[in-house]
Amino acid sequence: MSHGIEQPVPLGEGNSSIAACTISQPDETPPRYQLVNEDGEYDPDSLPDLDDEELLDLFEWMLLQEIVDERMVTLQRRGEMGTYASGRGQEASIVGSSYALREEDWLFPYGREAAAMLIQGMPLRDLMLYWRGVEDANMQKAHRVFPPAIAIGTHIPVGVGYAWGLGLGEEDAIAALFHGDGHPSTGEFQSGANFAGVMNAPALFYCQNNGYSISVPFDEGQTAAQTVAQKGMAWGIDGIRVDGNDVLAVYDAVSQAREHVADGNPTIVESVTYRLEAHTTNDDPSRYREADEVDWWEEREPISRFRTVLESEGILADGDEDAMRQELNQQFDEAKEAADGYESRGIEELFTYVYDELPPELERQLGEFERFLEGHPEAHDYIDHRPKG
Amino acid sequence: MTDANRTLVEAVNDGLHTAMAADERVIVYGEDVGDNGGVFRATDGLIEAFGDERVVDTPIAEISIVGSAVGLSMAGFRPVAEIQFSGFIPPVFNQLVSMASRIRWRTRGEHNAPMVVRAPYGGGVRALEHHSESLESAYAHVPGLQVVIPGTPYDTKGLLQSAIDDPDPVLFLEPKLHYRAGRQEVPDGQYSVPLGDAAVRRKGTDVTVISWGSMMPPTMEAVDSLEDRRDVDVEVIDVRTLSPLDRETIVESIKKTGKATVVHEGPKSGGFAAELVATLNERALMYLEAPIHRVTGFDVPIPMLGMEDYYLPNPPRIAAGIERTLAGEGGV
Ligand SMILES: Cc1ncc(C[n+]2csc(CCOP(=O)(O)OP(=O)(O)O)c2C)c(N)n1
Ligand SMILES: [Mg+2]
Repeated sequence: MSHGIEQPVPLGEGNSSIAACTISQPDETPPRYQLVNEDGEYDPDSLPDLDDEELLDLFEWMLLQEIVDERMVTLQRRGEMGTYASGRGQEASIVGSSYALREEDWLFPYGREAAAMLIQGMPLRDLMLYWRGVEDANMQKAHRVFPPAIAIGTHIPVGVGYAWGLGLGEEDAIAALFHGDGHPSTGEFQSGANFAGVMNAPALFYCQNNGYSISVPFDEGQTAAQTVAQKGMAWGIDGIRVDGNDVLAVYDAVSQAREHVADGNPTIVESVTYRLEAHTTNDDPSRYREADEVDWWEEREPISRFRTVLESEGILADGDEDAMRQELNQQFDEAKEAADGYESRGIEELFTYVYDELPPELERQLGEFERFLEGHPEAHDYIDHRPKG
Repeated sequence: MTDANRTLVEAVNDGLHTAMAADERVIVYGEDVGDNGGVFRATDGLIEAFGDERVVDTPIAEISIVGSAVGLSMAGFRPVAEIQFSGFIPPVFNQLVSMASRIRWRTRGEHNAPMVVRAPYGGGVRALEHHSESLESAYAHVPGLQVVIPGTPYDTKGLLQSAIDDPDPVLFLEPKLHYRAGRQEVPDGQYSVPLGDAAVRRKGTDVTVISWGSMMPPTMEAVDSLEDRRDVDVEVIDVRTLSPLDRETIVESIKKTGKATVVHEGPKSGGFAAELVATLNERALMYLEAPIHRVTGFDVPIPMLGMEDYYLPNPPRIAAGIERTLAGEGGV
């Protein structure tokens, strides 16, 4: 029926059934896009168009994510690293997605995606310095990586604005906003996603749904919705669900989503995965989840699944993986050495970069503090020896 | 119990247990407060004791955690909401300013919001970015919002009880650096420490040092070392509640000592020390014998863990500030 004039609200047909006029969430959980199943079986014709070298590359990045996670946790235990958020169990989700981004794309990380930052080109040394709490580590503009959004949701409106700007520019670039399954609960996320839809901002909302937000399970306490992907519907943007432990499916889904996004269609990709490690090095997951559940996922962890594919394709020979691991561990050692060699510029670091130019009062505070430290060596001792919480 | 039995975070926990047992209108909620017992274990054991209708895990939705407390409290409950770290209060500022603090005023007393928002605050625990802010002066600037910052385990439990019983909203900031730093006798059962009452921690005649929360232990340490080194008698005041502020105790102390140093962790400019100095200017100017010094954080964001110890005022810096006050040195 035509209502004759253009309407500010789409009216739809009149209908006497409340059921017909009710928009509900799906009765059944929508499927996950999957190319390689949990047993490592797949249809060779459906695999994404990647050559052997690229497939090995994906595998190597996944191994690096695993090695970085294990070794960072060890360093933290030894007091050589701050709090760290491991991505163990999410290697396919982290690597498959970021590998699908193009050279010109920008990454807005949240914190649980080390390899994504490294794939963008951020040096491993800087990643270590970041988790040691060094601001210099955030200087990653050349690699198109923004500082991790530790305050949940804060990067979403910012990333949407950046994407909006990219869309207005010449380049065909997108902004990839990485986040977890708890993020869509924030005001920032919801208003940002809506905004992106209105502005046709080329923003990719990449959600690693790893089942938990610290202790809170996704389906009990985070949201009454069945999926994150469906949330896009409310804002008029698309949502795709993908098996986050199948690296090829993740790669393929994000590659396609990326093209859609670049055309001005913000899109959610929900990667369904599982965090095998603690939330961070401060967390004790035995307080909120059963070992059975962790074991179930350990058996379905993504590196083994992809290894099966590479072996049956004849790409990964005996001994190849060992050699890769050795090489990656060496990379880690070298980065660690470089990070250990980092020299702070001292207290000046606190004061520079608050503004373009140091205002007189800040200059005064800096000078006063410098003189104080010169005159009070016991203050340095205090700082060096204070028990760290 | 008679010996030093509880840490500051255990005092929070005991205070919540006690208040929930005494009043079934008290509801505790926030992120990870249930099975996990809170990321600092402040809510440990509550869900087992009071069930998941009164101890509720929420989505990551700070705006609604605080906004819903206004609603729940108007509906007859006594919500005690947790914000996991004070660094996540900024998105909630709107609910605090536009709703919580004004609901009594807007409705001419018909509604009120007897709610408590608890949050660990301050630096020094090697936390991640956005986990270490001390923005209490911004919150204390909001009319209608009360801001309470305990500095000892005993006060923590007693002030928490008063906050829960109070008919108006309270932001309750807990110095997380000292959550487990020491123990003090904290009685079992209910007791309260009134809001709006500063505590004189140490009596003295030469100078008054005023501080609160996270800066109390380093202030006491600085005063100890100063008194060891030279013949000086220092009075120390723990403000405990920035709003309502106990101006009387502070003014009376300065009338006696004639000198004051204010210590706080947040940035200097516009910090709460400025309010204290202005108060003394208004009410005790003629008693002042020396310029009042401020020992505070710098006017910069608190850095990540690599440099945070340089940002935080420490006992040597505090002691040097007190010495300058004693010397009657002007300037900054
Ligand atoms: C605004 C805000 N609230 C709370 C926190 C504390 N916090 C850090 S991570 C986290 C859970 C995040 O869960 P999710 O989005 O699922 O990501 P995951 O950590 O599981 O990868 C919480 C509550 C925070 N960093 N920021
Ligand atoms: Mg999660």
